[in-house]
Amino acid sequence: MQGLADILPILLGAAWLLPLVSFVVIVFLGPRLGKAGVLAGYVASGAILGSFVLSAVAMLLWLGHHWPAGTHHEAHGAESHAADEHHAAGDSPKRARLQAVAFAADDAAPATHAADEHAAGADHGLADEHAERPAYAGTWYTMASFGPLELSVGYYIDALTVAMFTMVSLIATCIHFYATGYMHDELHDVTDHEVRMSDGRHLHRPGRYYRFFQYLSLFCFSMLGLVVSGNVFMVFMFWELVGICSYFLIGFYIERKSASTAANKAFIVNRVGDFGMIIGLMALWGSLGTLAFGDLPVVAGGKGDNSTATKAVRPGIFSLVRPAENHHALTTPDGMVRSAAAAAGVTDNAAAAEAGVVNDWRQQGLGYGLLVVAGLGIFCGCVGKSAQFPLHVWLPDAMEGPTPVSALVHSATMVAAGVYLVGRFYPVFTPEVLLVIAYTGGITLLMAATIAITATDIKRVLAYSTVSQLGYMMLALGAGGWLAGMLHLFTHAFFKSLLFLCSGSVIHAVHTNDMRQMGGLRSKMPYTAYTMLVGCLAIAGAGIPFLIGFSGYYSKDAIIAQLISFRNHNSGFHGVLFYVAAAGAATTAFYMFRLWYLTFAGRPRDHERYHHAHESPKVMYVPLMILATLAIVAAWTLPGTSLSLANVLEQARPAGEHGAGRWWTALVVPAEHLSHLGAVHVEATLIATIVAIAGFTLATVMYGLGVLNPDDVRQQFPRTYAFLRDKWYFDELYDYAFVRPTMLVSRLVAGFDKRWIDGFIDSLARWTRGLANIDDTIDRYLVDGLINRLADWTYGFGLYLRNVQTGRLREYVMLIAVGTVALFVLATFAVGLVLAG
Amino acid sequence: MNLLTEPVGLTHYLLVGAVLFVCGVVCMAVKRNALGVLMGIELVLNGANVNFVAFANGNLRSDGDWALGLDGHLIALFVIVLAAAEAAVALAITLNFYNNHSTVDVDRAEELHG
Repeated sequence: MQGLADILPILLGAAWLLPLVSFVVIVFLGPRLGKAGVLAGYVASGAILGSFVLSAVAMLLWLGHHWPAGTHHEAHGAESHAADEHHAAGDSPKRARLQAVAFAADDAAPATHAADEHAAGADHGLADEHAERPAYAGTWYTMASFGPLELSVGYYIDALTVAMFTMVSLIATCIHFYATGYMHDELHDVTDHEVRMSDGRHLHRPGRYYRFFQYLSLFCFSMLGLVVSGNVFMVFMFWELVGICSYFLIGFYIERKSASTAANKAFIVNRVGDFGMIIGLMALWGSLGTLAFGDLPVVAGGKGDNSTATKAVRPGIFSLVRPAENHHALTTPDGMVRSAAAAAGVTDNAAAAEAGVVNDWRQQGLGYGLLVVAGLGIFCGCVGKSAQFPLHVWLPDAMEGPTPVSALVHSATMVAAGVYLVGRFYPVFTPEVLLVIAYTGGITLLMAATIAITATDIKRVLAYSTVSQLGYMMLALGAGGWLAGMLHLFTHAFFKSLLFLCSGSVIHAVHTNDMRQMGGLRSKMPYTAYTMLVGCLAIAGAGIPFLIGFSGYYSKDAIIAQLISFRNHNSGFHGVLFYVAAAGAATTAFYMFRLWYLTFAGRPRDHERYHHAHESPKVMYVPLMILATLAIVAAWTLPGTSLSLANVLEQARPAGEHGAGRWWTALVVPAEHLSHLGAVHVEATLIATIVAIAGFTLATVMYGLGVLNPDDVRQQFPRTYAFLRDKWYFDELYDYAFVRPTMLVSRLVAGFDKRWIDGFIDSLARWTRGLANIDDTIDRYLVDGLINRLADWTYGFGLYLRNVQTGRLREYVMLIAVGTVALFVLATFAVGLVLAG
Repeated sequence: MNLLTEPVGLTHYLLVGAVLFVCGVVCMAVKRNALGVLMGIELVLNGANVNFVAFANGNLRSDGDWALGLDGHLIALFVIVLAAAEAAVALAITLNFYNNHSTVDVDRAEELHG
C-alpha cells in the first residue's frame, strides 16, 4: 500500500512529462529531425506510447492493490492515511435504508442480465460499511505560498485518474500513429488548393509535419496534466493550455480563412466559459483558502509519505464540503458560512469563532449561495470546454483542423476535460447546480442531435454527434448518474475517436468532406467501412438486451436508467429529461446510420472520386482496428471476475449522496444505485433498445433501401429542414445578439472618438499653436529686435571704423606721429594739472 | 637762455637728436618711394641714438653721476644692430613688393586696407 502511494505519483508523473519532453525536443530540433522532420512523428508517437505503457503499469499496480467491486481483501490500513481521512467509514441511516431497498429489489430482478451494474449494485450495500475510495493526494512542487494559500503542482490520484490516464494515452497513441500516415503530405511542400493568393494562384508553402506533432505532444501533456492535477489552480492552468493547443491545432491550416476564424472562435467562446470558471475559483479560494482537492499532510517533505506523516492534515475542498464526521453529506463549509455571514453583516468576528454559531448560521442557509456560485462557475468553464449549450458553437467549426486533431479533441482531450472536471468536482455541486447541469445537457443533446440529421459534411455530422453525446454525459451527471456519465465519457472516447479516424481515412481517400459525393465506398475500403460500422453500432448502443452489447450499450443504458430513476423521484416537469434522452438515442442511431449508408453503401455518386479512392495504409487502419476492438469490449466485464471499467470507476465515486435541494426541496437527486432496481433497469434497457432500433430502421428505410426518398421528406417539411440545416440559427443569433451589437457599439464609440475626443485634442492643439504664434511674434520682434538692433549698430560702427584702415603707409606714419605728439601733449597737460592740483 | 651762447651741453645734443627725429618722421610721411621711407626710418633711429649716447655721457649730465655709463651706449649699439637687421628685412620686403607691383611707390601698397 505504501509502495503504491509512492510509486503512483512517479509513474503517472513520468507518463505526464514524457509528451512534454517530446514537445521540447521537437521545438528545438524540429526540421532537423530526419528529412523534413520525419522523425518528429516517431519522437511524439514514442513519447505517448511510453506514457501509455507507464499508465498501463500504473493501472495494473492499482488493480493489484485495489481489486474492484469490494472484493479486495488487502488491509487498507493506516499506511495511507490520506485515503483514510478522505474516505472514513460511515453512512447516514437514510442511505442505509435506501441501500437495503436496492439490495432487496436486486434479488427480485431478472438474473439474465449479465451486465456488471448488478454486481456493482449487489456489492454496494455490503462494501459500503467499510467503503473505501482510495485516493492519493500530494504535492510535487510548491510554486508559491501566500499565507494560508499555496499554489503548487500536486496530484490527486484515484481510480478515475488512473483510468483516464490509460484511456487518454491509449487513444492518443493510436491517433499519433494514425497521424504519421495521415499527415504524410506535410513532409514535402504543400500546395493548398483552398487558399487563393491575391495573384490568383494557390498557396504554396513548406510542409509542417514536425509542427503538427509538436502541438500534438503539447496537447497530450496538457490533458494528462489536467487529469493528474491535485488542485483547481493547476486544473485551470492546464485547462488553458488545452485551450491554446486546440487553438494551434484547429488553426493548423492557418492560411485558410475558415481555419483561422474557427480557431479564433474556439478560443473566444472558451474565454466566455473560463470567465465563469474564474468566478467559481474565486468563490472557492476566497472563502475556503485552499484549492486542493484532497487532504494534504501538513508536514514539510511529507508528500506521499503517509506512514511517517503525522495525523495533521490540511483538508482539501472535498473534505470541507463533505466532512467525514457528517457522513459525507453535503455541508456548507465553515469558511463559506463565515464569508456569507460577514458579507451579510450578521455579527461581529468574536462570535464567529464559536462553532455553535457557525452551525446555527449553516442551518439558516448562510453560505449555501456561495457554494452554488462556486459550482455554477466551475460548470461554466465546463460548458465552454465541453461545448454545451449555449457555448457549443465552436466545436463544429473546429472541424477545420486536420482529422487526427478532430479525433483527439472530440474524444480524449479537449471536450473530455469539461466532463472530467464536472465528474471530479461532483461532491461540490449542490442539487440545484446539478439540475442546471442536467438541463444544459438535455438541451445540448437534443439540439445537436437534430442538427446532425441534416448535416452533409461527414465531419460535421460527427461533430454534432460529439456535442450531443457530451450532452448525454452532462445530463447523466446532472441527474445524479456519476458513474453513468463517466462511463459514457470513456466509451464515447473510444468509439468517437474511432469514428473520426474512420472519417479521416475516408477523406484521405476521396479528398472531400461532402457525403453527397461519396457512396459505395465499402468495396473500396473494407477495413474503414467495417470498423466504422462498429463505431456506429457502439454509439447507437447496439446490443442484445440483458445479454451482451457494444460498449455504448452499457453506458447509454446506465444513463437512461438513471433518468428513469430521476423521473420517478421527481414529479412533474423534470421527467422531460428522460424523454429527451430517449429521443436523443433514437436520433443518434438515425444520423449515424445515415452517415454510414451515405458513405459506404449504395452506388457511388461521384464516379471520379470513387475511382481514385483506395484503402488507407496499414499505419492508419491498424489503429482503427485497435479502437474498434476497444469500442466493442471497453465496458465488458472480464469473465469470471468482477473486473470491468464500471467497477474500477466505482472506486472513485465521490463520497456522499446529493439528496434533496435546500432551496428547492422538491428536487431530489436520486442515488445512482437506485437505477439498478430491476423495474427501472428493465424499462431502461428495453426503451434504449427500442428507440435505437427505431432510429436504425428509419435510416435504413430512407438511406439504405431507398424506400423513402429523403428529398421527398425534405420537401414535406421545408421549414423544419431549413431550421435544422441552419443549425437552429445559433450562429445567426449570436451574430445578431453579440457580433452586430458589438460592431454597432464600436462604430458609435469610434464616432464619438473621432468627433469628441479627437476634436478636443485637435482644439487643444489649435490653442497651443495660437499661443506659440504669439510667443513667436514677441520673440521675433522684441527679443530678437533688440539684439539685432545692437548688432546693426555694432556693424555700422565697424564699417565706419573700417575707413581708418586705409592701407596707405604714409597715413599710418602720420597717424603714429600725430598720435604720439597728441598723447605727449595730453600727458603733459594731465601731469601739469596733477602737479598744479 | 640762448643756446648759441651756451657751451655745448646736453641740450644741444638733444636738439640735434630732435631735429634728426623730426626730419626722419617727415621723410617717412612724405616720401612715396619706399627707399626714402627706409632712409627716414634710419634718421629716426639715429635721432634716438643721439639721445641715448648723450644721456650716457657723464660729462654731459648735470648731476655728474658716471655710474658705469654703459647702458646708453649699449642700447645705442643694440639699436644700430637692430637697424641693420631691420634694413635687411625691409629691403627684402621692398624687393618683393617691386616684384609684385613693378614699383616701389608705397601708396600702391593698399592691400592692408580694411
